[in-house]
Amino acid sequence: MSKRKTPEINASSMADIAFLLLIFFLVTTTMDTDSGISRKLPPMPEKNQQKSNDKIKERNVFVVLINKNNQLLVEGEPMDVSRLKEKAKEFIENPANNPKLPEKKITEVDSRYFGNKYPVSKGVISLQNDRGTSYGTYIQVQDELLSAYIELRDELSMRIFSQKYDDLITSKKDLVKKIYPQRISEAEPKNVGGGK
Amino acid sequence: MSKFKKSNNKETPPISTSSLPDIIFMLLFFFMVTTTMRQQDLKIKVHVPAAVQIQKLEKKSLVSYIYVGSPIKNFQKIFGTESRIQLNDAFATPGDIRDYITSEREARDENEVPFMTTSLKVDEYTKMGIVTDIKQKLRECNALKINYSTRKGSSE
Repeated sequence: MSKRKTPEINASSMADIAFLLLIFFLVTTTMDTDSGISRKLPPMPEKNQQKSNDKIKERNVFVVLINKNNQLLVEGEPMDVSRLKEKAKEFIENPANNPKLPEKKITEVDSRYFGNKYPVSKGVISLQNDRGTSYGTYIQVQDELLSAYIELRDELSMRIFSQKYDDLITSKKDLVKKIYPQRISEAEPKNVGGGK
Repeated sequence: MSKFKKSNNKETPPISTSSLPDIIFMLLFFFMVTTTMRQQDLKIKVHVPAAVQIQKLEKKSLVSYIYVGSPIKNFQKIFGTESRIQLNDAFATPGDIRDYITSEREARDENEVPFMTTSLKVDEYTKMGIVTDIKQKLRECNALKINYSTRKGSSE
């Protein structure tokens, strides 16, 4: 049987076709990676829910107010954003057991790493903003507060596991999380410092 | 006439382009893998603020976006420069958020709904009032996982 040789396929237009595809994808797609600060909103209070009586003690709350001129009032005194992280860390940790700073609750933790019990701070950070506050400032403050927590966690995990918090395995991360739980509450909207 | 025919082949031989498609295909695949389809045309200007402590958003298919910002030039005549919400391709009011979330939920599998995240892409100079309204609406329809979209900023 005589085999007829098939002529070679001309592939010179292949490049053009591929270019066309390439350009299509370049135009229709974006490269931005989505990243940001993840938060969980508190669920809506139920209508018939009674106001709980167990009020949080004043010493356990770290109040951060932002007014419409983007100025900060932290625990009753005006403050610059740059000092906020330091102040928040001091509040959460309360190294000198200052009676004005939050109480600690002795919590049972994994005895392999921390000894049997570890005093966990009861501090809660309450962030309140005005309707006129700019979003940029709000995120800046959120970021600083988050940094405070992350630095504390990093310090602890460096001390115990000699690793950064991010590099820990999940079970160890949970241990660290238990000692420094992230408690940032975004209050119900209200006007701080007047003005609509 | 010399014995050896002098090849008058002075011009350079043509460059072989047979590998060009392969190279282009490689580029194509690179872009296909690293990029995502553009979601919609933005009718507002969004310049998200910078932050240090950021996390990457995972599972993009489970993310719904809410854009807030000042309208771009073409729309400023109609809508002014005040910050507006954009959902999908249209301007919206906080009241439309409930419908938007419901439709986003219907588009997903039922057991994926608890993992759905709402990404707020809000312009830096927006006032918090509108953001607070959105947050309240989201709370009402029980879409509690949110993500404030930010750029990566330098520390301090």
